[in-house]
Amino acid sequence: MSMAITPSGDKRPLALSVEGLTYAFNESMPLFANLSFTIREGEFVSLLAPSGIGKTTLFRLLAGLLTPQGGSIRLGAEKVEPSGAAHRRQSGRIGYMPQRDSLMPWRSVLDNAALGLELSGIPRREARRRVRELLPTFGLEGTEEKRPHELSGGMRQRVSFLRSVLGGGELLLLDEPFSALDAMTRISMQEWLLQIWEQHRKTILFITHDIDEALLLSDRVLVAEASPVSIMKELAVALPRPRTYQTVLDDSFVLLKRQALGLLGKEAARQEGASR
Amino acid sequence: MKQRLRSGVPVLVFVLLLALLWEAATAWLSIPHYIIPQLSDVLMSMWDNRQLLGKHFMITLGESLLGLSISVVFGTLAAVCIEGSSLARKTIYPLIIASQTIPIIALSPIMVMWFGYEIWSKVAVVILFTFFPIAVNTSDGFRTADSGIGEVMRSMGARRRDLFLKWKIPSALPGFFTGLKMAATISVGGATLGEWLGGEAGLGMYTKRASSMLRGDAVFSGVLLLSLMGILLFLAALWLEKAALSRRSS
Repeated sequence: MSMAITPSGDKRPLALSVEGLTYAFNESMPLFANLSFTIREGEFVSLLAPSGIGKTTLFRLLAGLLTPQGGSIRLGAEKVEPSGAAHRRQSGRIGYMPQRDSLMPWRSVLDNAALGLELSGIPRREARRRVRELLPTFGLEGTEEKRPHELSGGMRQRVSFLRSVLGGGELLLLDEPFSALDAMTRISMQEWLLQIWEQHRKTILFITHDIDEALLLSDRVLVAEASPVSIMKELAVALPRPRTYQTVLDDSFVLLKRQALGLLGKEAARQEGASR
Repeated sequence: MKQRLRSGVPVLVFVLLLALLWEAATAWLSIPHYIIPQLSDVLMSMWDNRQLLGKHFMITLGESLLGLSISVVFGTLAAVCIEGSSLARKTIYPLIIASQTIPIIALSPIMVMWFGYEIWSKVAVVILFTFFPIAVNTSDGFRTADSGIGEVMRSMGARRRDLFLKWKIPSALPGFFTGLKMAATISVGGATLGEWLGGEAGLGMYTKRASSMLRGDAVFSGVLLLSLMGILLFLAALWLEKAALSRRSS
């Protein structure tokens, strides 16, 4: 089921639209200046950028954890309000998966994954039932009663991912979820995520500074080059799906990677070359 | 369990050796009984006065536990206030930290002046000793809660109450128990000091009175029982901690 993604011809409704986003921790060093981009429903988009450019800050803005100083963020048709507001956002929530797994060490896998359901008022029994249903798909069968410290790094990230999927949101924000894993685990997690995503087609915005990872997983890669970010370059990844890790060996992949390196600029290209 | 019992064997043997050394050295070196009494004399005096010592033991234990319980309630409340209000964090917290540099013992006579010679002056001294470790450690527990969990919860639309009950409280438990263990150990010291300053009962009063009469055996039996009480309270706190945090990683 190969599907070429051409953003201009895509008629799917918008899952996320960011318009004129401006944000700065202090005024002399703005992180985002009048930044705009959109993601369509069911799209897998990666945000590729060198470290220190404010990727995590962008995610926190999208998640409503920070308030932008200018511009708007819309999830579907709904505007994102900071969650500190007295009234609770009933809908338009997102599934946020942080860089570290941030699981609760005092909760079992089952209750960690059920957190989002629990917070939206679903009874514990029902929440647990829904988690149980998904455990096999997420490769977590038999870990129901385990605590996070009894799991490997990869398994913990799976639980964290399941938690964000069940968080209730249509859009999933994944913040460098595999960056802390060793290379082998990372590859198997990437393949696993590909497989899950190709089945469920949730809308995903994925932050990474790993070019291979971005190209392998995404329909579209947004490249942020330098701070402050105001325009992001875009690279459509028209590789056929389903993909596996073998895809990185294809000629078409190498071609895309060369383009991505070009978009990141020579500086980044040299860094990338040195770190490989 | 068996493993743990076995790992306790060396220390028990060592304590037994020390006891034997005590007994033998005091006999051979003919140390005066008011400097170090023979262990057998201490144990005998303990046995002879078992009813009186039992009564005093319960009184001191009661003072310690009462003071400790009040500190748990108010120390935790203080930590919650510090966590919940930024004003309290800016005002109460620095004060609590700074107050730890004050020699608490120096304040104890004030407690006696205020609360008289009844049980409450001892309880007050115990509170003086035990409030700070509980408040500070619980507060630190709140403060060091994994902010990532909070962010995930907020992104899921968690309310303040959810954040507090499901994230902050469980995160603060290890800190609270650290404070409780420290407080349990020093609570006995607080009660003893309170009795020294003005008390008619309790092991502190008993040892002080025995000391002024140069009754080495009585002093040592009181001291041994006070030590035992400290150990027991610590073990109780440890047991509570184990029960509450049994399934977490260390």
